Amino acid sequence: MSSDHSSPTDDAHNGPTDDTHNAFITESTVEGESEGPLADKTVAIKDNISTEGVRTTCGSAMLADYVPPYNATVVDRVLEAGGTLNGKTNMDEFGMGGTTETSAFGPVENPVDTDHVPGGSSGGSAAAVAAGEADLALGTDTGGSVRNPAAFCGVVGIKPTYGLVSRYGIVAYANSLEQVGPLATTVEDAALLLDVIAGPDDHDATTNDGGAGSDYAAAADGDVDGLTVGVITDLIEGADDDVVETFQESLDELEAQGAEITEVSLDSLEHAVQAYYVIAMSEASSNLARFDGVRCGPEGDREGNWNDAFAAVREEGFGPEVKRRILLGTYALSAGYHDKYYKKAQDARAWVKQDFDEAFQDVDVLASPTMPVTPPALGESLDDPLQLYLMDANTVPVNLANLPAISVPAGDVAGLPVGLQLIGPKFGEETIIRAASAVEE
Amino acid sequence: MSDSPVDPEEVRHVADLARVDLDDEELAEFSEQFADILDYFEALDEVPEIESEPDLVNVMRSDEVHDGLTQDEALRNAPETEDGFFKGPTVS
Repeated sequence: MSSDHSSPTDDAHNGPTDDTHNAFITESTVEGESEGPLADKTVAIKDNISTEGVRTTCGSAMLADYVPPYNATVVDRVLEAGGTLNGKTNMDEFGMGGTTETSAFGPVENPVDTDHVPGGSSGGSAAAVAAGEADLALGTDTGGSVRNPAAFCGVVGIKPTYGLVSRYGIVAYANSLEQVGPLATTVEDAALLLDVIAGPDDHDATTNDGGAGSDYAAAADGDVDGLTVGVITDLIEGADDDVVETFQESLDELEAQGAEITEVSLDSLEHAVQAYYVIAMSEASSNLARFDGVRCGPEGDREGNWNDAFAAVREEGFGPEVKRRILLGTYALSAGYHDKYYKKAQDARAWVKQDFDEAFQDVDVLASPTMPVTPPALGESLDDPLQLYLMDANTVPVNLANLPAISVPAGDVAGLPVGLQLIGPKFGEETIIRAASAVEE
Repeated sequence: MSDSPVDPEEVRHVADLARVDLDDEELAEFSEQFADILDYFEALDEVPEIESEPDLVNVMRSDEVHDGLTQDEALRNAPETEDGFFKGPTVS
C-alpha cells in the first residue's frame, strides 16, 4: 500500500515515507526536550489526542482539517520527557471500531500479516510500533482499543486504571470509560511511557494521585514467585480453541517461574458487552453532539434552518459506525427507554465492579486471552456490527470496572499473534507489569 | 438474529433527534442492524439492581484567572466567521 489511500482530502495521507501500512494519517516531527527518560525515542500519537499546530482528525472527515490550538496533557508530558513526536496515527473513526477499518483515511494493514487487520481502534499506533516506524506510541482505550491492537500486532499495550492518566485534550468518545495508554515492543518500554504520562492533572478532575510513588519501568523485573493468577473461565469459553491453547502455554510459563494458577468465574461478565455498548453509545451520542459544523468541520453551503444544516453536515462528516452509535445512544437515552437500557447498564457496570473486587480478595492478578480470536482478514468483518461488538468480550469488563490491564504477546496461531491479558486491582499497574514481563522471552 | 427490522420510521425519528440525516439505503440498513443489536441488549433485563457508591468525588478549585485561547485561536478552525464571531446557520 503506498499511494492508494482513500482519504477525505487529496493530501490526507502523508505519513513517514516508510509508512507502508497506512499507520499514520499525518507526518509531523515535534522535537521534545533534549534530555529526559524518552530522549532519542520517537513517539507516535493516536489521532484523537490533541497536538498543538498538528491536525488531529480522529480518523473522521468531520475533523479532516481540524488543527488544535493546544496540546493534550499527555503530549506535553512526552515532550517534557524528551520524546520526539513523529506523527499522528490512524484509527477507527472517533475510536469506534476494533479493526481500524472505519477510518475515513483508509484501513491499516497488520505488519505481521498484511492481509489482516491490525485491530483497533488504536490500530495505527500498534502497527507503527510493530513495524518499527515508532519506538513507542500512545493510544486510547475505551473498551479495549489499546489492548486489542497490541494483541493483534504482537506488541505490548497497557490500559491504566481510570484516573491515573489525564484525558485533557483527548477528543471524547465515552468519558467514563476511556484512558490513554502506552504501546511498545517490550513491557519495560511501555511501562516507561506510562511513568511519563501518569499522574494528576488540574485540567482533568477525574485524575487522582492513586499511582503516587510508583515506578512502573522498574516493576518489569519478571519476578512472579508466589504470585496468584486467577484465570477467568467465563472469558475462555467464547475463545477459539487454538487461541486458548496459546494462552494456556503462557500460563504454564508463569507457573514454571513460581506463580500459582487458579480458576475464577465472574457471573456478571455475561452482561458486560451489552452494558459497555449501551453506556459507550449513550455517552457518544452526547459527546459528538458538539460537531455541528460551526466551530470546526467541513465547509459548504447547507440549506435550511440550523437543525437542517446541522443534520446535513453530520450526515456528510460522520461514517456509518459513528452514525450507528450516535443513533443507538440517542435511542437508549430517549424517554421511555432510559430505564430499560441505560439504567440497567449502570447496574450491570456496578455488578462487574463488585465481581472483580471480590475476585481480587483471593488472587493478585486475573488472566484471559486479550482477544477471543486471531486478527480477522481485512474486509471480513465490516458487514455485521454485532459480531464485531462481541469480539470485545474480554476487554470491555476492565473499562466497566475502571481497572488496569496489560496485553503482552503470548505466542501465535499459524503466524497470527495472540495476546495474554493480565488484569490488576485498582492502581495495581506495577503488579500486572511485573507479571507481564515474566511472559516475555 | 431478530425476525423483523426496527420500524424505519422509528429510526428516522431517532436520527431527527440526533440531527443526523440518513439516506434511504442507510435507513434500511440501520433498521435491520438495530433489530439485532437491540435484541442483544434485551438481556440486560436479567441484571439485578445493584447498590453502589460512585468512584468519583467533586473536585473544587479556587476561582483564579488564567490565560485562555486568544480569539484568533478559538476561531481558527471555524469554516465561517464574521467580525470575530463564529457564524452559524439561520435559527429559523
